Amino acid sequence: MRQALEGSQAIAQAVSRCRPGVVAAYPITPQTHIVENISKLVADGDLKTELVSVESEFSAASVVLGSACAGSRSYTASSSQGIMLMSEVLYNISGLRVPVVLTCANRAVGAPLSIWNDHQDSMAVRDSGWIQLYCVDNQEAVDTTIQAFRISEETEIPVMVCMDGFILTHTLEVVDIPDQALVDKYLPPFAFKRILDPKQPISIGTLVAPDFFAEVRHSQHQAMLKSEKAIIEADRDWKKLTRRGYGGLLSEKGPKDAKVGVMTLGSIGGTLAEALDTQPPRRKTKLINLRCFRPLPVAAIQKACEGLTDLIVAERAISPGLGGIVGNEIRAALAGMKKAPKVHNVAVGLGGRDVPLETLNDLVDWAKTAPDTSFSVFDAKLDKLPKEDR
Amino acid sequence: MIEIRIHGRGGQGNVVAAYLLATAAFEAGLYCQAFPAFGAERRGAPVVAFVRIGKQKILRRNEVKEPAFLIIQDPTLLHEKGLTTGLMKGGGILVNTKLTSGDISAAHGEEMIALPATGMAVEAVGRPVPNVALLSAFLSLTGIVPHTALRKALSGRFKGEVLDKNLNLVEMAAKAVDKGLWKEVAHAASA
Amino acid sequence: MNAKHADRLAELRAKFDRPPSWKDDPKEDKERQTIRERQPRFRGLEAGHRACQGCGEALAARLVTEAAGPDVILTNATGCLEVFTTPWPQSAWRVPWMHSLFENSAAIASGVEAAMKAQGKSTKVIAMGGDGGTFDIGFQALSGMLERDHDVLYVCYDNEAYMNTGIQRSGSTPHAAMTTTSPPGKERMGKRHLKKDLLSIIAAHHIPYAASASVAYPRDVTRKVRRALSIEGPTFLLIHCPCPLGWGHDGARTIEVARLAVQTGLFPLVELERGAITGVMPIRDQKPITDYLGLQNRFRHLFAKNDHRAEEEREHLQAIADYNIAIYGLAADGDDPLDSEGADTVHRCAIVP
Repeated sequence: MRQALEGSQAIAQAVSRCRPGVVAAYPITPQTHIVENISKLVADGDLKTELVSVESEFSAASVVLGSACAGSRSYTASSSQGIMLMSEVLYNISGLRVPVVLTCANRAVGAPLSIWNDHQDSMAVRDSGWIQLYCVDNQEAVDTTIQAFRISEETEIPVMVCMDGFILTHTLEVVDIPDQALVDKYLPPFAFKRILDPKQPISIGTLVAPDFFAEVRHSQHQAMLKSEKAIIEADRDWKKLTRRGYGGLLSEKGPKDAKVGVMTLGSIGGTLAEALDTQPPRRKTKLINLRCFRPLPVAAIQKACEGLTDLIVAERAISPGLGGIVGNEIRAALAGMKKAPKVHNVAVGLGGRDVPLETLNDLVDWAKTAPDTSFSVFDAKLDKLPKEDR
Repeated sequence: MIEIRIHGRGGQGNVVAAYLLATAAFEAGLYCQAFPAFGAERRGAPVVAFVRIGKQKILRRNEVKEPAFLIIQDPTLLHEKGLTTGLMKGGGILVNTKLTSGDISAAHGEEMIALPATGMAVEAVGRPVPNVALLSAFLSLTGIVPHTALRKALSGRFKGEVLDKNLNLVEMAAKAVDKGLWKEVAHAASA
Repeated sequence: MNAKHADRLAELRAKFDRPPSWKDDPKEDKERQTIRERQPRFRGLEAGHRACQGCGEALAARLVTEAAGPDVILTNATGCLEVFTTPWPQSAWRVPWMHSLFENSAAIASGVEAAMKAQGKSTKVIAMGGDGGTFDIGFQALSGMLERDHDVLYVCYDNEAYMNTGIQRSGSTPHAAMTTTSPPGKERMGKRHLKKDLLSIIAAHHIPYAASASVAYPRDVTRKVRRALSIEGPTFLLIHCPCPLGWGHDGARTIEVARLAVQTGLFPLVELERGAITGVMPIRDQKPITDYLGLQNRFRHLFAKNDHRAEEEREHLQAIADYNIAIYGLAADGDDPLDSEGADTVHRCAIVP
């Protein structure tokens, strides 16, 4: 049903449609409204789930790991420092190949303290072995949440659904919450096999010596690569049911013969899409919205970049001392191409800095002269800094 | 697409006002977007929320910098520097104040419409929360969304006696301003 | 083993379709079986694991799982127990068992228990951890689990230091004990701080049942495990487990060392219900702490000749033991018809005439 809902409220509804057996979460801005809304659904009897109000994000992640291993569909959500506190468990969940879905309401990581949006939190755990899907708007966040349970349970890899904190979580907009019957048709009941069961006792989480650890990591990596197929299929099947799809791994917008590409993750894609419609740059430009960041869909990225002379990667995170995280990964991903575009890399919108429509034209103009190894915090106003820090 | 900026103080229901207006637009069959200027403000601090209403799906996510309309929930905010910055040429300002439109406009050197929204809310609902009265008056002035849609939006948020009182407030405030005064501005903005 | 237990075991065996771990055919040659093999019992922790000789923790874990029976799920903090029981691809566990991390055994157990609730199952959940994973790094998760009233028995195998990483001090290490991070020297006499009174902190959560036990008194351990598992809600058991390697005693003397810890008053065995003491194991004949300390290398420096500090610390430890006896009311004068020394924790109602 189409409704005007706050993003967090919509996510709570979507999670509820997936019939989780256990939900565990610890409140943190800007994820709080998701937990609050789920709590309300439980209090009103609209969601039958074991809601565990834990004492930390560390325990939130641990509880959902335990409950999934005990055979219940499990969900958690967090942000920023909470994701950092969870990180040890995140590696554990994926290493044990346990299906869990987590919403990351993306927020900057302190210090300095910032409650506002960027992607530093999810980027910091990009090597944790979780599938990461980034959402442009709240409808996509709702649909991706439902898809995530299916992908996770099919691949036995946990899935992190990344939605921009405040920008999506606190925005009320029109969202279609799919009917329960439709979700039931799409998402089969939780059927994870390697569970803790007295009738068939197994030991989970054993000590693995050097003679087998490398093989475990290899198989985990292979499983991640193979999960691309599950991600594409989950999106395709969802589209068949709802007529809403998100291109699986990535989506493109703009002229096919564009020479300039702008790649983004998350809600910036919406703003730049409107900019492309209303104030298109003079050089033919297309947008590439990277929905799936883990696994990094190298083939799909190369295909999307065919014919481009310049690719601008505008990301909401930074690796101090290196520059862009996504940008450098994309440089590596394109390295095998015959005619790889120059990659220009910027960080924008860090710590909640507003990203206006003009950003698209500004970026395309900047890339004209920027060297291809460049990186800059694009919207930093250097005159605010003392001279020696510029 | 029409962009609106709502100014208030923490605790005045600023975000609720934005959500209600957007929900009313949705009930009227339009696309909408409402969000607060995300801050860490406590009660009493100046806060801002934004609303976008349009016939097409709204893609942009940036803050509203050039609104067609300003709704100001607390007249003391008018002393803040830059409060009306970016207001579209010919755009409208609706202020919650006991003063008349003439007096408040004269005091600040800008055309404004006054509505004693707090007083109306106390009278109708018994609580000094000006947002519903302001929204009702705003809809009268602009005609962008019918009052029936606002009533629907309210019925999604309130129940029973509180809802009835709020619906009365909508009636009261709708009549307190010149109907259709900003119709042309709204039309120009949405074009 | 009484008839009721035998029936229950037979019932569970049938239910879980598990090959019996004992020979119950009367035609079997009983002469060739050890006494242990002749005892019908459920084994949750199988022999053949890689614990050191004389490991108190392995013994305690065996007792806990025997008492708990097969319808349980175990969670295990990182530590010796996890490492010596599950070197992949082997596992010594006959019950479902899960290890995740050092500090989250209680949180994993909370999740397992929530899933059991969600699925309407009555399987009991036991969380396990060493003193490092319980007193220190996992304490927050444990406190959260108790506060949220999860139906979980948390068992702490207390061997009083980080043994898995090579004997470093923990919050549970007794005062003056030597570890690799609290070595004695010119400026120090072993651990400077006191052993954390964890049981009092646990008791402050007002959970239905919390107790301390010792591997020296196996009947008492199994009784307390069964008592805890019979209760719906969070319960806690602190089991004192000597570590021959870490404490520096002969592996053959584990039980003797553990018993002396109780008999000196250094490790009081008590039971608490909703925060109130309801049972203690009385001490009939209090042993001087030097009997206990003298068997262990970790206290060797307390017997240095011509070192006034050694004497002071011995006095200090004796004072701690005396204090324990006083506040828990452990002293009992002479024989008592209701109690044979160390057989069991006696409920106060039974010892008060």
